[in-house]
Amino acid sequence: MAETLLTLDRVTKSFGALRVTDTVSLDITQGELHALIGPNGAGKTSLIHQLSGSLASDSGRIVFDGEEVTGLPMHARARRGLVRSFQITSILPRFTALENVALAVQSRSGSSLRFFGDAARDSRLNQEAMEALALLGLAERAQTLAGTLSHGEKRGLELAIALALKPKLLLLDEPMAGAGASESEALVAILRALKARCTILLVEHDMQAVFALADRISVLVNGSMIATGKPDAVRADAQVRAAYLGEAG
Amino acid sequence: MQDFATPMPTTQLAPPDRARLIVPVLLFVALALAPLLGFLGAERYVLALFTRCIIFAIAALGLDLALGCGGLVSFGHAAFIGIGAYAAGILTASGIDDGFIGLFAALAASGLFALATGAVSLKTRGVHFIMITLAFGQMAYFVANSLKAYGGDDGLTLANRATLLGRDLLADNRVFYYLSLAMLLAVYLFARAVVRSRFGRVLRGAKDNETRMAAIGFNPYPFRLTAYAISGMMAGLAGFLLAEQSEFVSPAFMTWQRSGDLIIMVMLGGMASLDGAILGAVFVVLAEEVLSGFTEHWRVIFGPFLILVVLFARGGLLGMLTGRRHG
Repeated sequence: MAETLLTLDRVTKSFGALRVTDTVSLDITQGELHALIGPNGAGKTSLIHQLSGSLASDSGRIVFDGEEVTGLPMHARARRGLVRSFQITSILPRFTALENVALAVQSRSGSSLRFFGDAARDSRLNQEAMEALALLGLAERAQTLAGTLSHGEKRGLELAIALALKPKLLLLDEPMAGAGASESEALVAILRALKARCTILLVEHDMQAVFALADRISVLVNGSMIATGKPDAVRADAQVRAAYLGEAG
Repeated sequence: MQDFATPMPTTQLAPPDRARLIVPVLLFVALALAPLLGFLGAERYVLALFTRCIIFAIAALGLDLALGCGGLVSFGHAAFIGIGAYAAGILTASGIDDGFIGLFAALAASGLFALATGAVSLKTRGVHFIMITLAFGQMAYFVANSLKAYGGDDGLTLANRATLLGRDLLADNRVFYYLSLAMLLAVYLFARAVVRSRFGRVLRGAKDNETRMAAIGFNPYPFRLTAYAISGMMAGLAGFLLAEQSEFVSPAFMTWQRSGDLIIMVMLGGMASLDGAILGAVFVVLAEEVLSGFTEHWRVIFGPFLILVVLFARGGLLGMLTGRRHG
């Protein structure tokens, strides 16, 4: 049995009377691709926000890689290898695609208090950044301003940035959102390749993709975790069928 | 997935954009030749005018580093000029004439003030940051006003310019001019290096998208604070030179209007380009000189012009010259 990389222990968050995360506990195992599904408004994105550190939980603990990270800000969690991608792509529009990724490499290399030397010509940073871009088929777009990339390319860039951080756990928030059928297929192939590199928590609406990729699936409904298990077990779970899969048809 | 055996596309960037070097080279050549423009008037007058251009170019460069590259709209940068100036003035008044000591004191005082006020101001964003930097600037202004021992609101006249290694080289206006120009060049080259460095990239990234920077592991705060301190020291250097040039120090150096003028210089010249800050500073100082010759209400003419540039030339004067927009 592989070891646990991330543990959520009774994590709770309310906005006023609305409990968006209701005593959620979850273990994510090293090396797995764990999918988090649930109907719209179930609190998936809120949970991702709490994991990445952009939203503070009201109570509960988050333990990552043997260390409690509950009170740490986002940048501190990212440095420890808990890396997220965004549902709404959130790149640096006025930087080139290459620079966007090179900054991530720079963050990991940890020497950013350098006042001299042209960072844009730093071959150590650029080399690694190019590898990440190439992995997502964006090598030719390296010198393009990120803001002018197509929607699909931005999504790829988003993944390349996350990859360049060499994360231990990658939180992917709906990477397929708005993708066409062929694009989705390409993304599934990419995610399958990423799986070999890091543990992934995938929030996704595309059920086909989820069942094709996930080692385990957790189902969140109204802020509560109603099931966690292998895809077949989750598919067969009566509660899940009633609450979610049935609705979705 | 791509096959890694295929050669990687080259990571080499295009050769340095020569067009980008034209503007700074022309600017510095023009400034180097400016004192020779005898037709403008007496040499003493021309030198004094262009020395002011250079001094404010240094301060504007400093502000551009914070405002243009870091997105930190400081409305209190005149305070750094004033602190640099008072450091020079107070030392001279105490009988310490050495220029190197004066320069060091000006840089240290403005840098420390920037660190202390920046540490607080940078906890805020947007309008709050503007207001808090304005408040700190006003605080410095009123402290200077209350310095009875150093002239209070009348200011302080320096007995002489600072000496270098015991020699009064700076007394010569021409030497002073070219020394100031050399300092401008040094500040410009330093700022250019900083903007392009790893440090500068984080600073620019945090201006573009703070959340993204946090998501990849950067806390923008220490980078912004460092940039703010560097920026304040550049303005402090300008203040030191201003005090030495005019042999006079006064709270009027650090009014909020002066802070506004610095913002105008940066905006007018073209933000985040560095070249634009120099261009803007020279333009504003010369425009003030020329227009105030016609009317004391020179801002009535200058104001609408500023509005037109901001509305129609988003890259400022530099953008108009090069047809390029800087971010």
